[in-house]
Amino acid sequence: MAKILMKGNEAVAEAAIRSGCRLYFAYPITPQSELIEYMARMMPKVNGCFLQAESEVSAINMVYGAAGCGKRVMTSSSSPGISLKMEGISYIAGAELPAVIVNVQRGGPGLGDIQPAQGDYFQAVKGGGHGDYQLIVMAPASVQEFADMASEAFDLADKYRNPVMILADGMLGQMMEPVEFKEPLSDAEIEAKGKQHDSWCICPNEDGEGKHHHEINSLEIDPLVLEKHVNDLYKKYDVITQNEIRYEEFNVSDDNEILCVAWGTASRIVKSAINELKKDGKSVGLIRPINVWPYPYEAVAKAIGPKVKKVYVFELNKGQMLDDVKIAVNGKVPVDFWGKVGGIVFTPAEIQAKLEACF
Amino acid sequence: MEKIAYRPESLTKTPFTYCPGCLHGVAHRLVAEAIEEQGLTNKMTGVAPVGCSVFAYKFFNFDMAQAAHGRAPAVATGIKRARPDMHVFTYQGDGDLAAIGTAEIVHAANRGEQMSVFFVNNAIYGMTGGQMAPTTLPEMKTTTSPYGRKTDDIGFPIRVSELLATLVAPYYIERVSLLTPADILKAKKAVSKAIQYNKEGRGFTFVELISTCPTNWGIDPIKSRDWAKENMLPFFKVGCLRDKGVE
Repeated sequence: MAKILMKGNEAVAEAAIRSGCRLYFAYPITPQSELIEYMARMMPKVNGCFLQAESEVSAINMVYGAAGCGKRVMTSSSSPGISLKMEGISYIAGAELPAVIVNVQRGGPGLGDIQPAQGDYFQAVKGGGHGDYQLIVMAPASVQEFADMASEAFDLADKYRNPVMILADGMLGQMMEPVEFKEPLSDAEIEAKGKQHDSWCICPNEDGEGKHHHEINSLEIDPLVLEKHVNDLYKKYDVITQNEIRYEEFNVSDDNEILCVAWGTASRIVKSAINELKKDGKSVGLIRPINVWPYPYEAVAKAIGPKVKKVYVFELNKGQMLDDVKIAVNGKVPVDFWGKVGGIVFTPAEIQAKLEACF
Repeated sequence: MEKIAYRPESLTKTPFTYCPGCLHGVAHRLVAEAIEEQGLTNKMTGVAPVGCSVFAYKFFNFDMAQAAHGRAPAVATGIKRARPDMHVFTYQGDGDLAAIGTAEIVHAANRGEQMSVFFVNNAIYGMTGGQMAPTTLPEMKTTTSPYGRKTDDIGFPIRVSELLATLVAPYYIERVSLLTPADILKAKKAVSKAIQYNKEGRGFTFVELISTCPTNWGIDPIKSRDWAKENMLPFFKVGCLRDKGVE
């Protein structure tokens, strides 16, 4: 299939529809408006449900209801809206429902601004909602990857009965790049994706032995039962951690004197800087976590070559993934950080200068 | 011998968790009977609220969802949109529906969402121990209005049925009482009508059931009903506010 020039917001929406998403509930917010608008245009054409909810809170609870029916369902928002959804996300994780949530991050805290940022890492990866739970969190770095992650996110959500967040940013949402889409799932394939959940989800009943009483629920009033439920969740998270760590190595070698760690939009800029330094014979490697939960701790540790003097973390925040890198490095070499906030994106020249100063 | 009274098949065998004298059991039974009479038991799903009826998902004998406080109409919307071949209702109290869930109920009603809502109003938060609700009457004492509800400070009770009746889309809105056996028979008719309209895909149906809370009011069950008749019914008048089926 030929490549199409598209904004990230539209590409992820198109990819979601092709992956069998027929239910989408959301509330307008910048800089993800193209996503909700694309869904408004396209969902009726595939006999899907587009519903503009009265609030972010309602949108995520509509997702809870639809996910409780085992159907592929998605919502999207940007940082302040994701904060509002956190209540529902905790319930979805607690009730073990498959759902996909897209966060096109913008500057914070509070209303912040509408420029790209990576300030929601902690919220996405370390909690955000109440209680002990974990999202699978995917961090795209290009429009193509943003689109590819839609189908991967639905597959992961179905496989583990767990909410999956695609943690993008205003840059990826707004910029246009060529993107190639997979063939759309057929109606029969979409039907089969939903059917796999019939053993637990809300679905039509029958008399006699086939009669079921499925409960979509996160309440366990007996402490011992709740304790077991949370422990079982964490057994599932252990399996996810074994299976779903994904990262990219860029220019990693034994010659590296600096190892960078960056994710999403920030990683692209770091790559440009690394390529420039290469021309001067300066060797810098990069680990880019593709999934930021589960986190590639071992990959970061292993990439620290014999000549590495420093691990350098670059993010569009005040240092959030930095904590995970420190856990991975575990004091082996110094860890440094530089970031920009306020929705301001650093340039390759700025990163290059920071790295050059280390040689 | 003909069996004239029995536990509806649409209720599980799980014993209710309600206080002695509570009318939730009656309301559950009315909803369950109506679903069974309409032959909808296998195509029905319900959404339980937060509050005393939080465990309603254990009591109805078909698939159920439990929603976050006030969010039941949004959850029911998601269910109905995902499973248009099934039918859905929410069962909510006044703290859940009329305070924290105000946005959800107003907008579900305004969309004319295909669902039935059974709204049990006893003018107080029960589960959390008797705090002031948006429906608490003027001067009524609760644990968070220990000197009585002061209307110049916190306003008057909200009449949800009347509020929703200002919207164009809702198909059926009626307020009934559970305070006497005769009232319960009338309530049954309203609940049945809502479920029948739901079955027929007519749109949004809403039944408010005036109830009591002997435990948190601190009044015995029989006197609670008298108190509600004297104090609640003058403010929350029973009657049909909207029925597009007969208009």
